Amino acid sequence: MADTTLTRTGVLSTADGRPLKSALARAQSRAKWRAFLLVAPLLLFVLVTFVAPIGQMLFRSVHHDGFSRNMPHLSAWFAANPRGTEPGEAAFAALADDLKAARQNRTAGEIGTRINYDLSGTRSLFTATARSADKLAPPYREALLAENRQWGDPRLWEAMRGASGALTPNFYLSALDLQRSPDGGIERAPPENRVYLMLFERTFLLSGIIMVMTLVLGYPVAHLLAVLPLRTSNLLMILVLLPFWTSLLVRTTSWIVLLQSQGVVNNVLVASGVLTEETRLQMIYNQAGTIIAMTHILLPFMILPLYSVMRPIPPSYVRAARSLGASSWCAFRRIYFPQTIPGIAAGALLVFILAVGYYITPALVGGASGQLISNLIAFHMSKSNWSLAAAIAAILLAAVLVLYWLYDRLIGIDNMKLG
Amino acid sequence: MAGPQQDAAFVQFERVQKSYDGETLVVKDLNLAIGKGEFLTMLGPSGSGKTTCLMMLAGFETATHGEIRLAGRPINQVPPHKRDIGMVFQNYALFPHMTVGENLAFPLEVRGIGRSEREAKITRALDMVQMGAFASRRPAQLSGGQQQRIALARALVFDPALVLMDEPLGALDKQLREHMQFEIKHLHDNLGITVVYVTHDQGEALTMSDRVAVFNDGRIQQLAPPDELYERPANSFVAGFIGENNRLRGTVEDIGPDRALVRLASGELIEATPVNVTRKGQATLVSIRPERVEFKPDLMPTGAHTLEAEVLEFIYMGDIFRTRLRVTGQDDFVIKSRNAQGQRRLEPGEKIRIGWAPQDARALDPA
Ligand SMILES: Nc1ncnc2c1ncn2[C@@H]1O[C@H](COP(=O)(O)OP(=O)(O)OP(=O)(O)O)[C@@H](O)[C@H]1O
Ligand SMILES: [Mg+2]
Repeated sequence: MADTTLTRTGVLSTADGRPLKSALARAQSRAKWRAFLLVAPLLLFVLVTFVAPIGQMLFRSVHHDGFSRNMPHLSAWFAANPRGTEPGEAAFAALADDLKAARQNRTAGEIGTRINYDLSGTRSLFTATARSADKLAPPYREALLAENRQWGDPRLWEAMRGASGALTPNFYLSALDLQRSPDGGIERAPPENRVYLMLFERTFLLSGIIMVMTLVLGYPVAHLLAVLPLRTSNLLMILVLLPFWTSLLVRTTSWIVLLQSQGVVNNVLVASGVLTEETRLQMIYNQAGTIIAMTHILLPFMILPLYSVMRPIPPSYVRAARSLGASSWCAFRRIYFPQTIPGIAAGALLVFILAVGYYITPALVGGASGQLISNLIAFHMSKSNWSLAAAIAAILLAAVLVLYWLYDRLIGIDNMKLG
Repeated sequence: MAGPQQDAAFVQFERVQKSYDGETLVVKDLNLAIGKGEFLTMLGPSGSGKTTCLMMLAGFETATHGEIRLAGRPINQVPPHKRDIGMVFQNYALFPHMTVGENLAFPLEVRGIGRSEREAKITRALDMVQMGAFASRRPAQLSGGQQQRIALARALVFDPALVLMDEPLGALDKQLREHMQFEIKHLHDNLGITVVYVTHDQGEALTMSDRVAVFNDGRIQQLAPPDELYERPANSFVAGFIGENNRLRGTVEDIGPDRALVRLASGELIEATPVNVTRKGQATLVSIRPERVEFKPDLMPTGAHTLEAEVLEFIYMGDIFRTRLRVTGQDDFVIKSRNAQGQRRLEPGEKIRIGWAPQDARALDPA
């Protein structure tokens, strides 16, 4: 307090009369700037490689102008006439105009693709009609209906209305197995088209199973690593980390070698008489394959946080509990285990989030029943259906954020210890 | 003291040996009987096997050979949680995820004691260490000394008959340590419990204990009450380990039942009490406490042999003066005198004669 004085207003000030707060802020601002400059490259990197792509993805998931840009007349008609208006001659005339333009600009495919997302089997309708658009003459309604009866389908008109603006929630509807009904409402997709919810469900279920498996397998290993003398535990730690140093592809293919029906495991079991030729186990190209391979690959992500929490727990805690009268199980349950919860929480969250977004392993060893939602995202990207892929990815992102929030509510994010 | 307690011993180590690696014995042939209600301290340099002995008693290490008995019952095969021994650890080992109250409730819960009785015992134990107001705190919110008190209360709350403490005050500063020494001693006296206490602080051992077992190299070097330990060390290790002492080398010239004549290397003769020398011609180390050396001719004990000494250094230490002398060619001979009214301060370079009562000079093994 020697160099600070309390002024009449009650504000602390330094010896030369400046308020203490601003003096402190000035003294620290240089240091702050320097710190900011040091992290600026990383900040820029994160911005470019993380924030921008995610923003782009979120934008694409609600934006597609393949129809609205190439069908200006019809889009204008939709804008002028509210939902429920019966499409009359004016609407068909606008449609015919746009189709003629599409023929000239060769954009019919692009338009058809956009409508096809919402109503499958309509791409060819656009391309075929556009090909003969020159021959269309008024009255356009009759002419178009004569060309193809589908032009009168209210579902088609609802789909075109939906696509007449660049912004649309329809990709999210698709990603949730929903679709537009002819009257513009929302209904469930027909059963044969429902895949996404089932895949979301499976992804979360399998990720949960993998998380539990890594925990059950990793906990004792981490404990062993934590109590062994440092030299031995370092050696074992190398074994734990070994998978990190091997290519993911190599690891996954070695699982194929091991688990396939003519593979090492089955051969050993047959040779030892446990199985016969007929009862060889199907352990790969199905969910079992996905679970086994991903458990192996994600195990280090469980062991490392557990280890980092267990290592500093002194053995004297358990000893103290034992001397106070607790059996070894009781000492574990009441004293050791609660202190490892931050590690369990960190490992579980890490493994779960990684598993939810995993792609290569299920693609290689999952077969049909072991595919996860990321495989479907990849599929849509390969088909250039960016918007749907983006919508699924955004839902996945939202689900993970919800989990993260729940986790924070239940356990507390500051309780987490990653290493 | 050890004789009559042999049968009624509360804790008994009998021919106990311990080896961790199968090659070296960390504890070699330990025989120790601790009476009920006794405060016994294990004192010794680092690595002498004190903690190992305590851990064998608590059940965390198994004896390689020999038997340990508690209240007459062999406990080698009894797991730690069935031994009913309270224990205080050097790092306190308070459970960090529990409050102080929960920490104290733990031993009571695992014993299936009902809630109301539990509360009563916890309150009593916390009051005992003057920490009644802290029941809802977490260990991390307490100072070292407070944590130590809680650890103590937790080790006592389930009324064990035996409490083990492994350097419980090692992490505290000097003042707090002295205060806690007093409190632990006080609790021991009030509760009538048996305490086995491990320390390598000799001051702590001397002030607190009924008896002290001095450990070195896996053996008990001497087991005796503090005053006996200090005044009548049984061998040169104990003499050197406890307190400060002056050592003079020589050979036994003549020996009687309670007097030995020792010729020093410089040729002078001194009188000493034979402790572990038995015959003429034996090499010996004569040990004399610095505060038992007299240099004022009028206070010299009658019949004392005196030696020539030269003052090398005078150190003022407040309550005492510490003077370093050259005696028979050795220049590490120290005397201590009380800073009393009129006490003489010796000047470096001064030539004096020093002497002592023969019973204060102890002829020990030459080790
Ligand atoms: N778990 C163990 N494994 C192997 N050797 C051990 C183990 N614990 C102790 N030792 C060895 O046993 C000897 C005695 O150790 P102990 O811990 O009993 O000594 P101490 O008297 O308590 O020493 P300090 O005063 O340093 O605590 C030491 O040489 C030590 O290296
Ligand atoms: Mg020790």
